[in-house]
Amino acid sequence: MTDKLVHLTIDNIPVSVPPDTLVVDAAKQAGINIPVFCYHPKLHPVGMCRMCLVEIGRPLLDRASGEFVRDADGAPKLQFSPKLETACTTPVTEGMVVITNSQKVADARREVLEFILTSHPLDCPICDKGGECPLQNLTMEHGPGQSRFLFDEKMHLDKHVPLGELIYLDRERCIQCGRCVRFQNEVADDPVIAFSQRGRALEIITQSTPGFDSIFSGNTTDICPVGALTTADFRFAARPWELKAAASICQHCAVGCNIVFNVRREALQGGRMVIKRVMPRQNEQVNEIWICDKGRFAYHYVESPQRLTQPMIRKDGALIEAEWDEALDLVAKKLTAYGASLVTLAGGRLSNEDLFNLYSLTHTQGGQAVLYSYMAGGDLTAQVGIPPQTDLGKLGAGCVILVIACDLHEEAPLWWLRIKAAAQRGASLIVLNPRTTRLDRYARHVIRYEYGAELAALSAFQPQSRGDLPEPVRSAVKTFQEAENVIILYGSEGLGLQESKALAHACAGLLIKTYHIGRSNNGLVAAWHNANLQGAWDMGFSPINNLAETLSKAGVTYVVATDPAGDDPQLAEALQHSGFLVVQDILMTETVKMADVFLPAQAYMERGGSYTSGERRLQRFYPAVPPPGNTLPDFAITARISQRLGRTAEEQSPARILLQIAATNPAYAEMDYQLLAQVHEQQPLMGRHDLYYGGTTYENRQGLGAHLSTAASRVEPLNIPDAPPPPVFPVQEGLLTVVPTTRLYDRGSLLIHSNLLHQRLAHPTLTMHPKTAEAYQLSRGQTAVMLLEKTPYRVEIDLDEDLPHGIALLPRSVGIPLNAPQAVKLRPES
Amino acid sequence: MSEHYLLRHRSVPHIDRLDVYRSQGGFEAFHKAVTSLKPGEVIEEIKKSGLRGRGGAGFPTGTKWGFLPNTLWPHYVVANADESEPGTFKDHEILESNPFQFLEGLMIAAYAVQAQRAYIYLRGEFWQLAQALDQRIAQLEADGLLGEDIFGTDYSLRLFTHLGAGAYICGEETALLESLEGKLGQPRLRPPFPATAGLYNSPTVINNVETLTNVPLIIGRGADWFRSFGTDKSPGLKIFSLSGCVNRPGNYELPLGCTFRELIYDHGGGIVQDHAIKAIMAAGASSVLIAATPEALETPMDYETTLEKFGAPLGSASIIVLDETVNMAWLAFKTIGFFKHESCGKCTPCREGTFWMNQIATRIMRGKATRADIHLLENVAQQIQGKCLCALGEFSIMAVLSSLKLFAKDFEQLIKVEHDG
Ligand SMILES: Cc1cc2nc3c(=O)[nH]c(=O)nc-3n(C[C@H](O)[C@H](O)[C@H](O)COP(=O)(O)O)c2cc1C
Ligand code: SF4
Ligand code: SF4
Ligand code: SF4
Ligand code: FES
Repeated sequence: MTDKLVHLTIDNIPVSVPPDTLVVDAAKQAGINIPVFCYHPKLHPVGMCRMCLVEIGRPLLDRASGEFVRDADGAPKLQFSPKLETACTTPVTEGMVVITNSQKVADARREVLEFILTSHPLDCPICDKGGECPLQNLTMEHGPGQSRFLFDEKMHLDKHVPLGELIYLDRERCIQCGRCVRFQNEVADDPVIAFSQRGRALEIITQSTPGFDSIFSGNTTDICPVGALTTADFRFAARPWELKAAASICQHCAVGCNIVFNVRREALQGGRMVIKRVMPRQNEQVNEIWICDKGRFAYHYVESPQRLTQPMIRKDGALIEAEWDEALDLVAKKLTAYGASLVTLAGGRLSNEDLFNLYSLTHTQGGQAVLYSYMAGGDLTAQVGIPPQTDLGKLGAGCVILVIACDLHEEAPLWWLRIKAAAQRGASLIVLNPRTTRLDRYARHVIRYEYGAELAALSAFQPQSRGDLPEPVRSAVKTFQEAENVIILYGSEGLGLQESKALAHACAGLLIKTYHIGRSNNGLVAAWHNANLQGAWDMGFSPINNLAETLSKAGVTYVVATDPAGDDPQLAEALQHSGFLVVQDILMTETVKMADVFLPAQAYMERGGSYTSGERRLQRFYPAVPPPGNTLPDFAITARISQRLGRTAEEQSPARILLQIAATNPAYAEMDYQLLAQVHEQQPLMGRHDLYYGGTTYENRQGLGAHLSTAASRVEPLNIPDAPPPPVFPVQEGLLTVVPTTRLYDRGSLLIHSNLLHQRLAHPTLTMHPKTAEAYQLSRGQTAVMLLEKTPYRVEIDLDEDLPHGIALLPRSVGIPLNAPQAVKLRPES
Repeated sequence: MSEHYLLRHRSVPHIDRLDVYRSQGGFEAFHKAVTSLKPGEVIEEIKKSGLRGRGGAGFPTGTKWGFLPNTLWPHYVVANADESEPGTFKDHEILESNPFQFLEGLMIAAYAVQAQRAYIYLRGEFWQLAQALDQRIAQLEADGLLGEDIFGTDYSLRLFTHLGAGAYICGEETALLESLEGKLGQPRLRPPFPATAGLYNSPTVINNVETLTNVPLIIGRGADWFRSFGTDKSPGLKIFSLSGCVNRPGNYELPLGCTFRELIYDHGGGIVQDHAIKAIMAAGASSVLIAATPEALETPMDYETTLEKFGAPLGSASIIVLDETVNMAWLAFKTIGFFKHESCGKCTPCREGTFWMNQIATRIMRGKATRADIHLLENVAQQIQGKCLCALGEFSIMAVLSSLKLFAKDFEQLIKVEHDG
């Protein structure tokens, strides 16, 4: 930023800001609040609401010399335009004089507010926004004390318009500021809502089927300056001032969006503390001020009637409730007996502290710490991942972001937003994927490869690659080679564990060879399918290829926060064969049903802990609601088992566990809970006084987290394992090769409990090119039966002309255990 | 009747036929421009003529064309045939009866800014005119006057018509562009101006139909000929749409600078039933009312004088005459109703203010208003003033404030009889 600053005064306060800064923002930086409704610091200005009118004077320029005309005292002569001007659309200019505190400006504010209020229903007492409403606040500050508009002449409009099943519009409350429409157009690139009609009839409508079809729709309710847009989840559920806010981290993907759980004591639930809504919490380096709808609406599992809150022990074939001591003693006894044949299978939603204790137990026991995941490469991202001072929100020209085998919009929505924005700022986006994804339209180069050919596609970017590449590969490679900074992001599109491992390895190798490691804005990122898979790798867990076999041979199997039996009959069978089965979870699952001992854990919003995001940002979450019944945090349960085996383990304080982690893992060396709780001022300002400006996204007062170093950034020798054998893409005569894709709204165990999202959930649908369907004599809408390891699954056939031939896509987590490309037998349903 | 140049069909029958138009020297100006004038020279000639936009603002046309940057391409020209101002019906007559002169003007404008595409945006109700224009454009293409490599040069041009959906606001140039792009017709924020970021974000000239109809005359007969009509600052001929309480309403092609009296009495045949004239609206519903005093009647109609003397812009020169039988509160009520109906709703003061004024004015017309309501009406109008995003909102209060100022009695007549205790 060597740009010269522009100097101006606002209410006599001198301000210096970069060129192109808008008057409204310049004022904000000087601590002067200019009221706004339609303006939002993350959206393009439109100047519609006229709330921000101010007086603006500009120095007269001498035409000939281009110099300021000065009066006798040498002060520049000012020229004020006769009309007030909108501060939200006017960029600053040198010598400008802005007046926001004159009577004229005060009158204009009062008058514009009076206009807005003439058509406002004034139903604050029953409005969800009441208490955190910019219109309320600005009216108190600047508005007229009385109405001159006859109340009986108010226009009456529909107050419960479902734009979709998630977002409702109250037409009477809408002040036509257009923030929602612009958010959808500019930020989300889902132009599914719009203005219709004109004059007082101007209204927001949805133009999509299903209504308001956008995974970011909830954000519009945060920036709507009135109670016109509400979520189906929160409308009429509580008043904002009754709510307590607990800082947390979203649990649903690798982005690690900062959120808040708003909770209150609920009379209808016997005075329990319950979560009333999820709100974004500002972290400009992670999610800015947004979250996706999965993050906002998928928390309901915590209230599920299937929550288990008491330990259980299998007696005479049935699971019978037991006391903790009895259950833990039994587990300890079995562990003592079966020693090294322990297999610990952990899910990627566990916190670092849980995983650390689990790993310690497993390791000292001589057992195997297995991660339940179909993605690999966490060892590599720990070494050549993106180091501190990397900010997706600032990437621009000179930076290449290469995204491979990833449907980012579905796999990590907020990264999609931020990488799209980076591309719009001038970063060069290279997308390699077998089919079209939502990221393509922002890519400078799009490269298609056949499913299974991701390694070959990437190899073109190797420095020694031949010069005879075809377009568009050649230009993409050129862009790549000329880049100062390179980030490679890989996902799980069409990949299984082996493929993922090979791809991660190839990506890391490429970055190392081209020296794009160890520096900020360079490195490898994985779009993990769970919130803390990176943390799990860092704590010592990794997935294995022969999971079923390993489980079936285990003496003791300790399954924590995952449901292999529910996912896959093969794994269920393996668990039948495995020895003693200990299951630790929060809900009833198929795996729990098989357990010999069940240990009830706490959901993450019931205790504290930390997650490591896909960018390797370590972030802390806090307890939001009290834990139910006889549950314990995962780390405490594991610690109690360890203690029974005669080892010390921390069972009280996750903070102390993080210190232990810091002592053992160099990337975490500097980390402690105080550091993670640190905050600094972020732009744009959020919070109470700035509701009118940024919306209801929470100000971050509980911690921005800290970016972990990588082996490369610490300049340690790298320890990259040998390249795994390249996987063979399964193709077999007479069989159809099905590849897995990731969907945001899958039927995963957390999502399935949020009724609100049911309409949007993915179905077991096989999607293929019409030609492929023809070859297998299938047609759209038909039901077919797919055989996977002898188990038949019903799938619906869908067609998509855009897909490559000869393969079919199947979403993961829709009840069919297909997590790697596989050639399957398919027959029409009889 | 004297010679007509803009309403040329009144002098030359069947000028709406291409053969007739060409036999009268039609398209020679276009030919001259394309084959022997540089684009800059065409612009220079228009600048010299002093032609000012006939769409309402009176902005110098040549200057407007000169604004287009030669660094950004493509350029577009858009003809504004939205003609929705109440009392304005001049463009309709041109389009219906002298269409080729308008088309030729549009084509010269396109050549002058090197646009290869030009659009004619017509109000939805002009669908028949649009059909007729389409046929004429096809004729011009068949004749080689439009298309690729016109007259053997490397200049190519195509014309397209586009119908609006019946919104007054779509005559406002940036709302027009939005509508032409297929979006909701709402004005854009300015800057950027259409000259740099107009249609599809490209440099664009937007001109009124009548403005463009003057262009072949200027290129064909020269700027000096053009300047032989009108005044120094407002040169040329103008079509005045005369309506209201006059005996002979209609379009009158007269030099700018002729007086209200000449138009209303000499040409319009005076006031119906010889009533006394009371007020004049010079710019349709967007007018500031002029009290029709003898002195006012002698005022020349040009882009400066009415504004200077009465604060009343000439606008599109749609002269609506009001006689003593008209109650000006009623008139204000009618204009308010119009603007309330036509407000696009984008900005608060106009959307809410016109609605509110309409509620109050309705009260007044129903005899249910008190004196306080009249004050309130004035207040609300003043509150709108100077705060709107586009000119429509500012227009909406012109007749209200001027009628309240000049004809307060008309309002008082209508207020509810107050019982003073
Ligand atoms: C509310 C509003 C309505 C307008 N309607 C028209 C119209 O119907 N026809 C027109 O030519 N100009 C209309 N204008 C003026 C146009 O914005 C623009 O100034 C004009 O088309 C420019 O052409 P000119 O320079 O040839 O006059 C309108 C302006 C406003 C603010
Ligand atoms: S719904 Fe809310 S955000 Fe959208 S235009 Fe209305 S007031 Fe603005
Ligand atoms: S993008 Fe990911 S982390 Fe963010 S809210 Fe959505 S699911 Fe949660
Ligand atoms: S002044 Fe009226 S017409 Fe113009 S933008 Fe505002 S609401 Fe729309
Ligand atoms: S016009 Fe500036 S905030 Fe709306």
